[in-house]
Formats: sequence, C-alpha cells, structure tokens
Amino acid sequence: MMAARTGYDVVIIGGGHNGLVNAAYLAKAGRRVLVLERRDRVGGSAVTEEVFPGFKFSVLSYVVSLLRPEIIRDLELPKHGLEILPLESTFTPTPDGDYLVRWADHDLTRRELYRHSPRDADAYDDFGKLMYHLAFAVKPILGIVPPDPTSRSPRDMLAFLRLGKHFRDLGGEQMHALYKLMTMSSADYLDEWFECEPLKATMSASGIIGTFLGPRSPGTAYVLLHHYMGEIDGAFRAWGFAKGGTGAISEAIASAARRHGAEIRTQAPVMRVIVKHGRATGVALESGEEIYARKVVSAVDPKVTFLGLLEPQELPEDFLHAIRRYKIRGSSGKVNLALDELPSFTCKPGFGPHLRGAISISPNINYLERAYDDAKYGDFSRQPYMDIVIPSLIDPGMAPPGKHVMSIFVQYAPFALKGGWNAEKREAFGDTVLDTLAQFAPNIKNIVLHRQVVTPWEMQEEYGLTEGNIFHGELALHQLFFLRPAAPWSDYRTPLKGLYQCGSGTHPGGGICGASGRLAALTMLKD
Amino acid sequence: MLKGTPFHPRTSRLCQAQNWRRWAGFLAASSYELTHEREYHAIRSSAALIDVSPLYKYLIRGSDAERYLNRLLTRNVEKCAIHQVIYGPWCDEAGKVIDDGTLQRLGEDSFRLTSGESNLRWLLDNANGLRVTVEDDSYSTAALALQGPSSRDILAAVTDLNLDELKFFRLAFSRIGGVPVTISRTGYTGDLGYEIWVQAPHALQLWDLLLEGGRPYGITPTGLLALDIARVEAGLLLIGVDYVPTTRAIVESRKSSPFELGLGWTVRLEKNFIGREYLLEEWRRGSTWAFKGIEIDWLSLEQVYGEYGLPPQLPSTAWRMSVPVYAQGRQVGYATSGCWSPTLKKYVALAHLRTPFAKQDSRVEMEITVEHQRKRAQGRVVELPFFDPERKRT
Ligand SMILES: Cc1cc2nc3c(=O)[nH]c(=O)nc-3n(C[C@H](O)[C@H](O)[C@H](O)COP(=O)(O)OP(=O)(O)OC[C@H]3O[C@@H](n4cnc5c(N)ncnc54)[C@H](O)[C@@H]3O)c2cc1C
Repeated sequence: MMAARTGYDVVIIGGGHNGLVNAAYLAKAGRRVLVLERRDRVGGSAVTEEVFPGFKFSVLSYVVSLLRPEIIRDLELPKHGLEILPLESTFTPTPDGDYLVRWADHDLTRRELYRHSPRDADAYDDFGKLMYHLAFAVKPILGIVPPDPTSRSPRDMLAFLRLGKHFRDLGGEQMHALYKLMTMSSADYLDEWFECEPLKATMSASGIIGTFLGPRSPGTAYVLLHHYMGEIDGAFRAWGFAKGGTGAISEAIASAARRHGAEIRTQAPVMRVIVKHGRATGVALESGEEIYARKVVSAVDPKVTFLGLLEPQELPEDFLHAIRRYKIRGSSGKVNLALDELPSFTCKPGFGPHLRGAISISPNINYLERAYDDAKYGDFSRQPYMDIVIPSLIDPGMAPPGKHVMSIFVQYAPFALKGGWNAEKREAFGDTVLDTLAQFAPNIKNIVLHRQVVTPWEMQEEYGLTEGNIFHGELALHQLFFLRPAAPWSDYRTPLKGLYQCGSGTHPGGGICGASGRLAALTMLKD
Repeated sequence: MLKGTPFHPRTSRLCQAQNWRRWAGFLAASSYELTHEREYHAIRSSAALIDVSPLYKYLIRGSDAERYLNRLLTRNVEKCAIHQVIYGPWCDEAGKVIDDGTLQRLGEDSFRLTSGESNLRWLLDNANGLRVTVEDDSYSTAALALQGPSSRDILAAVTDLNLDELKFFRLAFSRIGGVPVTISRTGYTGDLGYEIWVQAPHALQLWDLLLEGGRPYGITPTGLLALDIARVEAGLLLIGVDYVPTTRAIVESRKSSPFELGLGWTVRLEKNFIGREYLLEEWRRGSTWAFKGIEIDWLSLEQVYGEYGLPPQLPSTAWRMSVPVYAQGRQVGYATSGCWSPTLKKYVALAHLRTPFAKQDSRVEMEITVEHQRKRAQGRVVELPFFDPERKRT
C-alpha cells in the first residue's frame, strides 16, 4: 500500500472540461486542488487525438455550441490558446439530387429557402425572431444554481421569484410558444412553421442529438432553443470550431487551471470515494494510492459516481432509486475519417464553400423517424442521420497538407444493440455509415485513407460514459433543471457530506458548456 | 473610374461581395466573401493573402542614401543592416508626424520606403543637393501580404528560401516559381507574416502560384475589413484615421508628435533629424497626449444594453471615428478606432488620452450609443498591442 497523500482542499474525479472548469475556479479562489483523470490526457469527451499519423480528430464532440462566455472571460481562455473559428453554413443534400444550404449570409439563405418554398423564406425570419426572444428569456437559467421548488427557504423562493419575473416579461404569444416548445415534438412544432422537408428535418435534428427519441417524440422541441442561445452569445462566437479540435478547449481550461495553481494528474483512475463517518474524505486510486481532501467532487456521470464509486449503504435509498432510474441510454456513434481528398456531392459536385460548414444527412422527417425506428428495436439505423464536418477545411493543421479529416456524428447507434456490440458489428456500423454517405457523395469510399469507428460501447469503455450517453444522461425535460440528476440534489451537493458533483449530469447538462463545473465551484466556495 | 491594382484581374473575379474600398486612388476589396469573418480568422489561424499594392513605394538610391534617410526618419538608419527593415515615422520641422512606414534596406546604398500617403514632393525637396535619387515605384511594384500562422509553411512550399533564417523585420530576395520577388517578414496584422514585393508585370503569375501552393494550407484572399480588425488588435496606427498627417491638418491641434502617437520608441534623439529640436523639447517637458489601448468591460456593456432589454450588440467590423473618452466625469480624450476582437473576445479601442489619465489600468469610460441614446461604458487603459503572439517573432 502506497502512502496516503493529504493537504488538498479539493480532489476532483475526472478531467473532462467540467472537472477542469471546476478546478480552475476553485484554484483561482485560492483552494489547493487536484484533478485526477483516468486517461492519458485531459478532456474527456472534448478531446483531440492524433489517431492516425498526421491526422488529428476531435474524437467525440466536434463543435462548440454553448461554452459560457463568463467562463471564457473569468479564466481568460483566449490567453490560454482558445480560438473559435466560424462554422458558417449547413448543407443538406436530398435524395432527389437537390439540396438546401443555409449560409452565414442572410440574403443568400433567404434566396435558397425561396427556391424551395417562398412561404418558408418569410417564416424563417419570423421564427428566428421568436426563438431569439425565447432563448433570451430562458438563457439566464444556464447561469443559476437550480432552486428547489419544494423548499421554503428564502434563497430558493427568491430564485423562483426572479425566474418568474423574467418569464412574465415575455408576451402572451411568446409564453404560449415556450409552452409548446416544452411539450411538443420538434417535428410537430416545426410543422406549424415550415413546409420545406430538408429544412424541418435538419432543424429538428438538433432536438434528437444525444437522446433516445425521434423527431416525433414529445419534448424534443425544447432543444431547438439551444441553438438560438448560442446566437445571443454571437459576439463570443459560441457556435463554431475550436482551432486544434475540441481538445484544445480542454487544454486551454487546463492551462488556466494550472496557472491558478491546480494540479492535474493523468493516468490516475479513481476506484472509489473514501467515506469516513458519513463523510467523503478522499479517493482511492486503482493503483491503491489514497488521496485525502476536505472535499471531493465528481466530474464523471451520475451512474458512475453514485453506483460505481460508492457503496450502496453510503447513500439514502430513495436517492439511489432515482439515480438507478436516471435515463442514460446511449444512441449515438462517431465515425472519423482520414481523407486523401475532398468528397464530391452529386447534387453540388466538386469543392465549394458548402463543404466548409456542417453537412447534414437529414433529407426529411420520415428519414429521421425511420432511423429511430430501427433503434427502437435494437438495431443501428440502416440509413442513419449524420452530422458531418470537415475541420481541416477550416483549420488546415488538423491534417497533413492537402489531406483532410472528416467527423461524422451518427444517430442512431443504440448502446443496447441486439446481441451487444463487438468488433464485427462496429465495422458493420462503419460500413453502413459509408454506404449511406456514398448515396450522396459517391467518391467517399475511394478517398478514405483510415477510419475510426466509435460506438456507444467504446464511449463507455474508453471514455467512461455510461451506456455511451454523450450528455451524461438524456437532456429530456424530466431530467433537466431542478430534476438533474435527481431532486433535490440539483445544487451540485449530494446526500453524502463532502461529496459534490460537477459533470454534465448536473444542471444545465451536456455539451461543451462548462456551466456545471463553474456553478458547482461557486456552490462549494459558499459551503 | 478608380484604378485597379496589378492583381485586379484576379481579385475582381474573386470578389463576390463587390464591395470595394478606396485606397490611395485604387480599388481595394473590402471583403471577398459576403462576410469578412472567415477572412479575419485566416489571418489568425491559417493564412490570408492581401493585396497591398496601393501602398506608396519609393526607391531611394545613392551614396548619400543612408545619410539622407537618417535625416528624415526618427529612427537611426545607420543601425539598419543590409536586408533589414525598420519601421518609423517622419516629421516636419515642428516634430509633428507627416507619415509613417517601413524602410527596407535592399543594399548598402539602396532602400525602399513605403508609406500610406504620397510623399514624393517632400522626399525630392529634401534630396536636393545630395547624391541620392528618389524614384516613385508605386505603380511598377506590386505587393502582397501573406499573413497568418501558416504563411511560413506556404512560402516554404513555393520558394527554396531558408525561412528559418528570415527573421522578423528582415528581407530576402528569392523566386517563386521563376518570378523574382523580394520577401520581407513584415506586415500590418501583428501576426506571423510576410510581404512579397514583385514587378507589376509578374503580379498575376505570382498571385496564381501563391493561391495554388497555399491551398493545402488554407490560404484565403482577404480584404480590408478583416485587415482592419487585425491591425487594431495589433495596435498599429492608421494614417488619416488614428492621426492626421501634418500635410492634411488644417488646424495646428490636429497634428501629433511621435511621442503622442505611442511612437516614442522610434525617436532617436541622439542623432540629427528633421523635427529633432522640438521633439527634444517635448521629451524634456513631457507630452500632453498619449496613445493607448482601452479595454471595455463586458459586464458594463451588458448593463448598458440591459437597460433596454438587449444583449450587447457590437459591430462586426472595426469602426473608425472619433469617440469621446471620459475619466472622473470629464472628457480626457477620444478613441479613433475600435472593434470587437474575435481572438481576444474583448471590445477594444485605440485612444488618444491626456497623459495623466493614460496610465496602465486607469479607469475610463467610453461613449457608446444604445437605442439612439449616448451612454458610457466602463473600461481600463492598457498598453498596446492588445494581441502579440509569440509566433510573430519566432
Ligand atoms: C460522440 C459525442 C459527440 C458530441 N458532440 C458534441 C458537440 O459537437 N458539441 C457539444 O457541445 N457537445 C458534444 N458532446 C457532448 C459533450 O462533449 C459532453 O457533454 C461534455 O464534453 C462532457 O463534459 P464533462 O466534463 O461533463 O464530462 P466528460 O467529458 O465525460 O469528462 C469526464 C472525465 O472523467 C474521466 N473519468 C471517468 N471515470 C473516471 C475515474 N474513475 N477516475 C478518473 N477519471 C475518470 C473520463 O476519462 C473523462 O475525462 C458530444 C459527446 C459525444 C460523446
């Protein structure tokens, strides 16, 4: 048995971006902080790896959407190398040989929409305006510790009052729209506005990412708002590519944390939380080493934290029950390609600016819903939804000169695949992805130099995501805000004294956002 | 019709935005794409190709060339080695800035001076009686700025120059695909970058070679809107915007000395040059004005806009106008350029401030207009440049 270490104020389990944000804020406030990361590098799901020599991949998450501006400011991330590049367009090829592109330029987008539906071209602006209003109203929620609605404490009641006031400022029409967003499916909601199928399908896709739901499932409309929240932070370029891949975001945060004195150790898997007299007092590593600290924070998902790193008797039964029922079904896969040259789409052959943005294989709502049907019954989609980017076109350093990397986010790939995942099924899944893409870009198979297929199984085994769920638990309304991960433990505290949580399984949830890490730190500094 | 530069046959075809700006009587693309964002990011993250041909360029030759230039510039030209480039202003007799630019030492007795305004008459007048010839080379030499972190890789792919030896503010003669060029490691972006000087008849060939060779590195034709943001971040002065050249100043108060423009470091009072006496005097006495950066607090912007139920709405391009700056309740200066810096994620401005209010971290307020109302946003004074990456020099 190795010697036990002491002297830390806080030890953080997991060096994903949230763990790192948490560390940076605590260290900045003068705490002695240690981050323990299981893998050989920090970042978790926001990680860049040179999978094939010269080809760098954002292995899992690939675009930045909601990284909180206050974190960028407080931690001075630009100084630590954070650079976010514009992701300017969304290109949706359709099976009839046509396509829809939404460009950065308003007039171009309008003209393109007009080609498909003059009515939608008008509706698009109105829709954008309404969503912007709603996002502006909802956005403050991202920055607050969820109050407990059942509590009579002045803090909680005040917080609810403040929130209520915010919503009262919305007009009647906006209030109704918000209610619809919270209850409807994205397909139904968008049907009220638009008729152009590739437009509806591509927009609704943002509502299904990371969930085990289809575009016709109620509750998926709400996530549409997230896109517009990013727009409010427009000046901070909340939407885009991180130069150097999403791992560069984690590296920038890690650099800020170190600068404030945090210690970060990689290849340090935590095996369990040490509990003494009903209190978390440290962690034990797989190596046997024990590290003690005044507070322990878990930045891994709620299942790992409460069911894996603790013994059942250390937590109250009703809480355990809630965590066991917490929905964390993985539904996404990732295929990363090293390319010899650029793909050429039949509907828009050769190189063009449409390749620089997102490429969405989401021709119509039925296509997406069928992709979901397969998953419901335990298969991966035969014709999956794909969200594709070619980062090397925006950040040439990701590939050797003249070569390219392509990132394909794929849905659905259920964790609970019939018969389970194995190497053969993984490659069959990879083949399906390429076959589907080849229907739109026939040269794709000839230009692939290397391919990496990541299924929910690898996400669990290699990246520590239970069931391969990309958000540490689905972003469904019943698992958000004061219900994330389980009421009333949504304020980053846990039933175990001295133990806190700060990963994506806490409010406001998944995505490269950092809010969980920050809000948890602010809570801890108060205790 | 305004003139096109020697690259016009190429740039005009690429310019989707059909958005041109005037520059020294030439057409210069504001942006090639409909928005300038990608072009800006090319400067900071890959490589931008910018047509800078409208710069005025003078070839100065003769056995008195060094002595002549040393008399004109505030910098010490004797210290400028062959194949070195120096930057600095030149002044009138009263020590006020006429113009600023770079001076390339092409050989022992031969130099190229670049400037933002025409200086021919003044250069010729001062050459009188010296063994020096001044030749306006503005039309016969075209120039491209290749700026950004991949600019070196691109040059390495198209020349056989040893670029590790081409240090910051040095130049070299080389060929790009057979085209003779002068390459200086200079630029107006504050980033790693080069400027390539070529005889006008070879301009198109050079453009094609660079675009072709640079494609794998993300080379991006870039216009002035993007350049303007980069130069504000780099804290680089723009003549006619951040200061009025003496030749254009109709009242005395519009003129500025190098000290007042943050160019004190270029003034070598130990040598003799035009304007020295006044500058020595100003140096002893202390200057009334200083030229500094201002960083506006984001929270203050949020608050000011929040009064109207708005998130901060900042211009996506750099502005150039005179904006009042206040401290302790009264006006203490004015900003002349500003922008949201996409790289630093800060709202920044270049400002003339009365010296007592120009210290690092001094609190100031800058006027902003929100919903037609004049408001003040809180900020602090910082030293320039705002952005200064290591790669620029290494
Ligand atoms: C395929 C995929 C695509 C995605 N795409 C996007 C996207 O484009 N944009 C976006 O915003 N979000 C995206 N996301 C979601 C986003 O990446 C995550 O929500 C976010 O990165 C999670 O951050 P985190 O810090 O909360 O957790 P994680 O990143 O999961 O970090 C947890 C860390 O803990 C470590 N760990 C686990 N167990 C232990 C242990 N026992 N001891 C020590 N360390 C341990 C892990 O190795 C990991 O580093 C995607 C996610 C995935 C998987």
